Amino acid sequence: MGAVIVALVGTLMVLLAPDQVGDELVVVVPSADGHVGTVVVERRGERVVLHEAFAASRIVDGSPPMRELLTGVETRSEFAVALSSLPHRPKSFLVYFLEGTDEFTEESRVEFEKILSELRERGAPDVVVIGHTDRVGTIPYNDRLSLQRAERVRGELIRLGIPESRIRTAGRGEREPLVPTDDDVSEPRNRRVEINVR
Amino acid sequence: MRHFVAVAVLALAVSGFARAEDVGQIKVAKGTVHVERDGKRLPAMVGMPIRQSDTLITGVDGAAGVTFSDNSLLSTGPNSVLVVDLYMFDSTTHAGKFDASLKKGTLAVVSGKIVKQTPGAMRVRTPAAIMGVRGTDFLVQVDEPAK
Repeated sequence: MGAVIVALVGTLMVLLAPDQVGDELVVVVPSADGHVGTVVVERRGERVVLHEAFAASRIVDGSPPMRELLTGVETRSEFAVALSSLPHRPKSFLVYFLEGTDEFTEESRVEFEKILSELRERGAPDVVVIGHTDRVGTIPYNDRLSLQRAERVRGELIRLGIPESRIRTAGRGEREPLVPTDDDVSEPRNRRVEINVR
Repeated sequence: MRHFVAVAVLALAVSGFARAEDVGQIKVAKGTVHVERDGKRLPAMVGMPIRQSDTLITGVDGAAGVTFSDNSLLSTGPNSVLVVDLYMFDSTTHAGKFDASLKKGTLAVVSGKIVKQTPGAMRVRTPAAIMGVRGTDFLVQVDEPAK
């Protein structure tokens, strides 16, 4: 009997004890392109839906989530270090080539310099380089040419100081045109290399 | 011979890339940062792969940023503990599932292709709550319980 009472009291104490959780805050912020997403915060069946800029949910002393609206300034100062430690967003670039060669077009030569300076700012970039051609020439010829273009870009990236081990190349030949054409059509927009950086 | 060298170089380039169990990579590491894996505490540095079940721990002076294979970006501020509970991503269909827990500290999230393909497929747990993520950018702060 005594044991039962002890057990009951013990259970009651656990149930009545204040929740041993710290305070929590969740804030939805606009993304780089200005879009605002949605996050649902749930605690013990109570939910708040956050879907406007700086909408927040706060849990205090284990309370249900309470909605509030913060300002951008408050949010950015509260989360300054985490925000400044987000990795760069993955990005894709295109450079174009002269017909039948692995030589950049004049515009792409300039563009490539900008790409290089952007790459320099990234810590430990992983780069995937994919070469393409237009439909002039045979499929095996274009497979070779597309890989040659990709290797050309790879060489430039290595010269910039990006470790070889972080660059992967592939040639897709004429299989993935940006602009679909008939066979043997010269199309400058398809003579390109994609540089995907993460 | 030239072909052989080209192939060898390519193979080398590919082998430097992520292994199947690698689901992300540390891109930012400031101050004291550790990864706890299989009961071992490893000093974390930029370029280190992250796997499912890893715990990312930052010291009072620490901060870390990770890019995941679906392009989700997660970063933690000082004095934080983040666990990658579950990570699955099919790079062809973009189907996947991503569960992470912030035990304490601060977290910034930019969701990636998993959430874009399946809104809600990413969840972040805290000691007091659970978040369903339908995209894309949000912040979480977990204080330690008052003693």
